[in-house]
Amino acid sequence: MTSSMPVLIEIDFDWCKACGICVNICPRKVLAEASDGSPEIIDARRCTRCLLCELICPDFAIRVGREK
Amino acid sequence: MAKPAELASTKELIEKYIRRNGVPSIWCPGCGIGTVVGSMLRAIDHLRLRQEDVVIVTGIGCSGLIYNYLRFDGFHGTHGRALAIATGIKAANPRLHVVVPMGDGDCAAIGGNHFIHAARRNIDLTAIVINNQIYGMTGGQSSPTTVQQSRTSTAPRGHLERPFDVCELAKGAGATYIARGVTSNPIQLADLLERAMAHKGFSVVEVLSQCPVQAGRRAGRSEPWEMLQWLKGVTVSAKRGTDDVSLGKFITGELLKEDAPEWTEEYDKLIAIAGGRS
Repeated sequence: MTSSMPVLIEIDFDWCKACGICVNICPRKVLAEASDGSPEIIDARRCTRCLLCELICPDFAIRVGREK
Repeated sequence: MAKPAELASTKELIEKYIRRNGVPSIWCPGCGIGTVVGSMLRAIDHLRLRQEDVVIVTGIGCSGLIYNYLRFDGFHGTHGRALAIATGIKAANPRLHVVVPMGDGDCAAIGGNHFIHAARRNIDLTAIVINNQIYGMTGGQSSPTTVQQSRTSTAPRGHLERPFDVCELAKGAGATYIARGVTSNPIQLADLLERAMAHKGFSVVEVLSQCPVQAGRRAGRSEPWEMLQWLKGVTVSAKRGTDDVSLGKFITGELLKEDAPEWTEEYDKLIAIAGGRS
């Protein structure tokens, strides 16, 4: 399922510790690891809003836009 | 179980419950404690508990710092004594929801006695035992829940002793709500914590968690993600049956729920018999 509109995913890099959990847990491979280990959004259209990254992030650093 | 989208968003948690000037936390990258805190806050939010009715009591260790990041009244107590302090708070004001996050060392070693007696009394507290199977803050020593043969700084050739099963310990001691969650499943964890907080009586939620730095590194799993994969592999949901216990897996989900007289209610009855509070 690919939605036509990309989902808004916000990453707070002041809070992110580049642990790599969100990148690896995403079932749709929306994120990739940048050279410093922090997450990088590669295709927000693949996001299904399962919210796993947001709910598991130990540092409250990733936020997925909810449906309006 | 609440659907993920029904749980509070991280934005809402930050606005309501988190002391922003303390963040980012002191915890190492990929530490499971932050995930437990997230699920705990979502459980509190989903239950619609009023912020002023919730008290967070912690002890010592990495988990002891939880209180410092949250906008609740609370107490950062002494090592192993979080439940003793929580008992005092609850006895003085039974209206409060007292939530007690502890580590495995804090709960099962230093505070082992307080743990079994709080369970025996069936006092209405919620103990969250964040079990990463190691003393993280002090340098990776074996804890009472370290599994046999795992390597720690005090057992470089493998840990000799048998571990406590925290849930069985709680059961034997008389806890009336027992569940086990795992940081790889924060949705189930929020649900279990919500049920535990809603339960009248002593509730225990053991959370299998990851310490990538002190435990993972020595086990060849220093990436937080590898630790989560491992936790996923060693756990099985109670809903899928318990046949996997024989394979040495940890069963997650609700393990026990029973009704029994709760300490503060019984105490109030006793006070009424004795002629009321002076």
